[in-house]
This record gives sequence, structure tokens and C-alpha cells, in this order.
Amino acid sequence: MSGLRSYRSGDPAPLRWGLTLLALGFLGLFVALPLAAVFGTALEKGWRAYWAAIREPDALSAVRLTLLASGIAVVSNLAFGVAAAWAIAKFQFRGKNVLITLIDLPFAVSPVIAGLIYVLVFGARGWFGDWLDAHDIRIVFAVPGIVLATIFVTFPFVARELIPLMQSQGTDEEEAGISLGAGGWQVLYRITLPNIKWSLLYGIVLCTARAMGEFGAVSVVSGHIRGQTNTMPLHVEVLYNEYKFAAAFAVASLLAILALATLAAKSLLEWKTRRVYAALREEAAPEA
Amino acid sequence: MRGLRFRRYSILPGFWGSLGLSMLYLSLIVLVPLCAIFLKSAAMTWPRFWDAVTSPPVLASYKLTFGASLGAALVNAVFGFLVAWVLARYSFPGKKLVDALVDLPFALPTAVAGIALTQLYSESGWVGRRLLPLGIRVAFTPLGVLVALVFIGLPFVVRSVQPVLESADREIEEAAASLGASRWQVFSRVVFPMVRPALLTGFAMAFARALGEYGSVIFISGNLPMRTQITPLLIVAKLEQYDYAGAAALAVVMLAASFVLLLAINLLGSYSRKYMEAQ
Amino acid sequence: MSIEARHITKTFGRFLALRDVSLTVNDGELVALLGPSGSGKTTLLRIVAGLEAPDPGPDSALLFEGRDVTREGAGERRVGFVFQHYALFRNMTVFENIAFGLRVRPRKARPTASAIRERVRELLALIQLESLADRYPNQLSGGQRQRVALARALAIEPKVLLLDEPFGALDAKVRQGLRRWLRRLHDTMHVTSLLVTHDQEEALEVADRVVVMNQARIEQTGTPEQVFHHPSSEFVMDFMGSVNLFHGRIESGKAVFGPLVLEHAASGAVEGQTARLFVRPYDLDIRHTDGSSPSLRARVLRIQAAGPQVRVELQAETGEAVVVEMPHAQFREIGVRSGDDVFVGLRDARIFTEDYSI
Repeated sequence: MSGLRSYRSGDPAPLRWGLTLLALGFLGLFVALPLAAVFGTALEKGWRAYWAAIREPDALSAVRLTLLASGIAVVSNLAFGVAAAWAIAKFQFRGKNVLITLIDLPFAVSPVIAGLIYVLVFGARGWFGDWLDAHDIRIVFAVPGIVLATIFVTFPFVARELIPLMQSQGTDEEEAGISLGAGGWQVLYRITLPNIKWSLLYGIVLCTARAMGEFGAVSVVSGHIRGQTNTMPLHVEVLYNEYKFAAAFAVASLLAILALATLAAKSLLEWKTRRVYAALREEAAPEA
Repeated sequence: MRGLRFRRYSILPGFWGSLGLSMLYLSLIVLVPLCAIFLKSAAMTWPRFWDAVTSPPVLASYKLTFGASLGAALVNAVFGFLVAWVLARYSFPGKKLVDALVDLPFALPTAVAGIALTQLYSESGWVGRRLLPLGIRVAFTPLGVLVALVFIGLPFVVRSVQPVLESADREIEEAAASLGASRWQVFSRVVFPMVRPALLTGFAMAFARALGEYGSVIFISGNLPMRTQITPLLIVAKLEQYDYAGAAALAVVMLAASFVLLLAINLLGSYSRKYMEAQ
Repeated sequence: MSIEARHITKTFGRFLALRDVSLTVNDGELVALLGPSGSGKTTLLRIVAGLEAPDPGPDSALLFEGRDVTREGAGERRVGFVFQHYALFRNMTVFENIAFGLRVRPRKARPTASAIRERVRELLALIQLESLADRYPNQLSGGQRQRVALARALAIEPKVLLLDEPFGALDAKVRQGLRRWLRRLHDTMHVTSLLVTHDQEEALEVADRVVVMNQARIEQTGTPEQVFHHPSSEFVMDFMGSVNLFHGRIESGKAVFGPLVLEHAASGAVEGQTARLFVRPYDLDIRHTDGSSPSLRARVLRIQAAGPQVRVELQAETGEAVVVEMPHAQFREIGVRSGDDVFVGLRDARIFTEDYSI
């Protein structure tokens, strides 16, 4: 039947090229152009101005603050992610689904609200406002607040990567380890962690990228004090609002480079984790 | 009674430790602070609450936030589907690179996206200056908000639809073709229904993300009162005026909307799973 | 090390897996727990291993060489457990898998690195896989993985070896070879072993003693000969091999199955009670004439001569389907063909009546 023959040979060339160009045009307009604009505007005033903008003291302290807040958030969320995945994947208990839904919560909440909640609790007019004031502790409009907001926005990433993998892997190996006399930490360190290493790395990459780039939540709790409570995204905003476009885009370009590195790491790790899942499926239903 | 036990016996250690740590973490960082929103707005009298969530600038912001998010999600549904189709079925040089770049809106910090889009679409920008003679203004108009929301929602539809298209069984389509169906009929009667649940899920996720978006929008919107203010911006404005209760009230409205949407997404997710299993 | 389980009961939610089970395994014995799925055999094994906990009860206890181990965790009991699906550590080589139990010992009890290496090499030689020491589990065949799992369990010098359907996932030929290998291993090492299987052939071939389980209870324990030739219940007889079944009743003190009237010496047989006759296919003869032993008329339906014995399918005058097995020589002597009317004679059989005792 000619219908089948022509279907088998794929869509006709004009259609293919038309659709492809249309899709590429859309992506070009919405993805490639903004990316180009970042680097283009950053270098508008030449390389000298670019380096100057990056090495400027306020920019450097923004970089330091970003690294600090992200570092703490990632380490903290890593511990939580492993703990939560261990409880959820290796045990049966009531209310497991509630816990899993709670972990997904930050994805449903606007980043501005994520910042708002900490202001309501720790801000000057918040629950602990007076107590904190009396003890001269600042959380909101200071670094701790930024760390908290960053933790909130990024904590699902590691857990979400680990849970399905650990559930698929089951508990046999861990039980075998215990029956051979290993202690709990030995089982975690020697048996479980090596089995999940690629998904763990993937989760860490996603968590780090999000932590460093977070804007809305951090903006609300930060207080925008130059040189003290501005992360890189906030510093970009400050420069932009002062019409220092080239400088703003220079700092922004650092974040854009980070984003591209994240995409590269993501592709690589996605390939690795896909292989782990494929091996698991092989085991469950072997060919031979 | 045996059946009411909380958890099954296991020889693996660390259950209470890991569960306890997780619950403590969740409570301190998520649950307790979230309660603050509800408690704060519960402290308001009903008329004050109503006032806060229905004053004219707020209503205008609802219209803009909701309308632009819906519009952006629709644009992404159409073009995201197109991109997924092209990536799943056609090949061209540089396809791997393009595939990786689709995730850029996920990876790029929202502030960077925000200023880049503003730069592009402002009247002197690379795109803006070409649209100006056509009478189209993007920056500092609701259209700009739409553009920003299209950017950040792009990956959701593509990544939802792409796996379904990639794993589609071509034999079914070939069977339809051998029975005399035209290319368009094969698409509309065989392929599209199969992809529809994933498309709806991607649409809903893009919509949900757009509703809460802040960083990519506030630069290009210009934040003109009654015209281009999104609801998250109003929350920030109220905070800066120390109107904590008002901010909390708006947050309650937004959370309610997100909750409804999340429910819809989960329902869609199970609907599409059932559909796939039935295949 | 002897094992004694007393009055073990185990429920999972609403499901009763073990009901008041008691069992003794003597030092150095290889005992097979045999039964269909759901009989409780794997649960019992896991309780002995410490991977499950029995329901608490006043009399229930688990003793190793007289010592109560119910409080000890799986790691403390020094049992070697071989999992049904091997549970090899996928990220470690064969060598590292076997060495694991020795490497995780607390510092004071840990052997030196060279001692560990020595021991692992010994075990690799024992399981005949020296050349595969640096391979990963996913590079091994099923039979090889099973041997590594065994070596891993033996490395910690367990007092008790517990095997959960160790050969279930393997091909028939590999299974047979490993079965014999396991028996030889046991004969050299004399470790008290408990083996779970649903394959009666395996249990009969490998074990010193067989424990037949059904629906959370032990039906019978005994040597393979005892269990096979002197089954104490219908279930055991039916499970241990193919069997012909006839229905009848007790009348005037005798068991009547249609035209067959048999002496039934069992006490407690009540008049009018239903009775069932169990006969092994090779305990039946085919004759052309009625003979001295009790017999039935039957028509030959089908003859299957391809196999170690000849298998003849008949339909008895009472309507039941009957299968008779005999050696080829005997068959040739008799000379029957499909469609012939013959007599089927009983040489040996078991009669079971309704049992009202618990």
C-alpha cells in the first residue's frame, strides 16, 4: 500500500525541514538569544571593563556569599536527602506518602513566599523578633536568613534523585551486609553509597546550581546591604537598577557560565544514571 | 493489634534516626515557617483579610499573573510540543547540543534571565528595536511578562512530551497507515491521543511555575502599578512597608491556587499513568 | 552447632506464616525445609537467621546449642545466609564480596590483610573460581554468582549455614550440578545447614533429613526414605511425587473403592467415612487377566514410551484417570496397545481417611 510505504520513509522533506526550522527558530528566539545577550552586553565595554566589574570588592563579596550560602545549603540538604531516602526506600511504614509529598513542597511554593515565611518567623515584627533583638542575633537581613531561604528552595533535589533509585535497588544487599556482621554505618558507607553515587552526584549538581542562582527567596530575606548581604543574583539586580548594565551583565555572565557547566554535568550524569537503571532492569528480567 | 503496627520489622538499622532527622528538618525548615503565614492571616479580621486580597492593585495583579501564566503555558504547549516532536523524530547537525540547551531555563538563574530578556526586548534592544516600527512594545508591558514566562516554562512541556514520543511504538502508526490513514489522520488519531496526557501534565507544570515566578519577570515588567505588577511583587512591596499581615494574606491566596494546581497535576499524572498502562 | 526452634509463630499483618512450629536440627546435619510457596519455610529460615523476629510468646524460643539467641541480631548470630537472588554487592569484585564479612569486623577481631587474602583464596579454590576473583557480579553467570554467595557466607566461618532456595533461579542442568557440589561440600565441611526448597527432588537428593511444611505447619520430618515411602499424610504423599487418587468409603470395616475392596487396618476408621486411596504409578501393574492382588478394569488411552520409563495413561472402570509407570522391558513383556481393556493391579498403596485429630 503506498500509504504505508510513504509513511515508513518518514515525513516528507519539506515538512521535516519546515518543522525543524520552526522549532529551532523558537528555541533560538527564546533560549539562544537571551544567552547571547548576556555575553554580548557583558563585553560591550571591552575586556578591561569586564574584569574590573568582576574584581570589584562588592562583586567579590557577593561571590563569596553565594559560595558560602550554597555550600552550606548543599551539604545540609545532602545529609537530609540521604536520611530521608534511607527512611523512605529501605523501610515500610505508615504515612510514607505524606512524607514524600512534603518533600516536593518547595516546588509548589513561589520563591517570594519562601522568603516571606522566614521574615514572618525571624523578622523584626516576627515571632522571634523581640527575642532575637534582645540577644543581638540577626537572621533576617543577614547571612543566616539567606542560608535558610536557600536551604528551603533546594532541599528536594537530592532526596528526589535518590528515592526512586534506592527503592528500585531494594534491601537485599544491605540485609546481606548485616547478616555478615557489618554495622549500620558500614553498610551505608560500603554498600549503599557506592550503589547510588551517580544519582547522588546528579542531585548535588542540581542542588548547587539552584542554590547559587536563587533570587526571589533570597531577595526577600536579604535586606540588600551592599557588600554584606548580597549574593551574586542580588548584586546583578543592584547593578542593573543603577543602570550599570555592562557590570551587571559581567557578573551575570559568571552565573551563565555556571548554568552552562551545570547543563554539561547534567548531560554526563544523566547518561550514567540511565545506565544504572538499565542494569537494574536487566537484573530483574534477564535475557538469558 | 498486629495490624495497627506503625512499621514492618526490619534488621536494617537507623530507621528512627533517619526518619527523626528528616521530620525534624522538614518541620523546622518547612512546616513551622509555613504555618506562620496561616497564623498571621488568621489573626486578621475577615473584612481586613478580604480588603487585603481584593484591593484594586491586587485584583489587577491577579489578572496579570493568571492571564500571562495561562498564555505562556499555552504558547509553551504548542511550541514545546513542536520542539519535542522535532527532537524525538528528526535528526539534524548539532541536535545533542540543542537537546541540552532546552534545559537552560531550568539552569539559568532567574535574575540573569530577567535582565537578559529586558535587554533584548527594550526599545533599544536587539529584538525590541525591530518590533518598534511594527508598533509592538514588549518591555514594560504585559506582553513582556508573557515573554518572560514563556522562557521559564519552556522545558516543562518539552521534557514531559519528549520521552513519550521517543518511546512511542512506531508499529502502531505504521499499522494505521497500512489501513489507509493519511499522515494527518495518523497524527491526530493515533499519535496525539497517546501524547495528550503528557502534554496536559507539562502544560499544568509550566502554568504552576509561571504563577509563582518572580526574578525573570520583575525586570521586564517594569512594575507599573495597576498595569504590570505581578502578585509576588505585591507581596514583596507589602513586606517592605512592614504590612506583614497583608503580605501573608496574599501568600495564602497564592498557596491556595498552587495547591489546587498541584492536585490537578497529580490527578493528571495518575490519569496519564493509567492511560499508559492500558496501552 | 545444633538449632532448636520451639513454638515459633509468625504473622504478617493478617497473614499467618507460621503456626506454633517446633524443629530441631542436630549438629552437622543438612536439613531441607520443603514445601509449596506460602508454606512458611522461608519465613522459618529467616527467623533462624535473625532477619525476621518471631511473634512474642511464652514458650517460643530459638536456641543455638542450647543458648537463647532471640535477642541477638542477625550479625551477632554467626550464621551464613545465602539469599535466593544472591544479593552480591554489585559495586565490589568477587574477591571483595567474599572478603566483606572479614573486613567489617571490629578492629580487635579483624584478621590482618594478608590473613584475609589467604582465606579468600582458599574459598575461591573451594568454589573453583580462582580466575574470576577480579570480576564484578554482573560479569558472572547465575551458577557462578551462587557459588560466590556461598563462599561469602562461608568466609565468616559460620556455625550455621542457611540457604534460601539457592538454586531456584538456575537452569535444570546447572541446578543438578550445584546440588551435588553442595552435598560434597557439606560432607567435607560438616557445617550445620538448613536449606529451603520447593523442589522435592532436590530435598531428597541433598538432605540428611527432610521437613515437609504446608500452610504454616510442619507436616512430617524424617529421612528422605521415610518421607517418600512412608508419608504420614495425604499432603506429603501428594507433594513428594506423582500419585494416583481414588475416592471411596469405609464399609463393614473395609475400605471400598468401587470394585476394589481393601483391608484397612488403621484405628479409628468410622463406618461410612470417606476414604482416599493413594497409589504411586510404579506400584501399579498392568495385566491381561485378573490376578491375585486387588485390581481394577481399565482401558488404555495413551502410551508414552519416550523417556526413562514407559508411562501408560488409562481410564478406570470407576471413571478415574490412572497413570502407570513401568520399565521398558516389563512393558515389552506385557504387550499392550492403545485402546486395550486391561486389569490394573495394586502392589502397594496408602489409604487416608478424614482425620479429626489436630
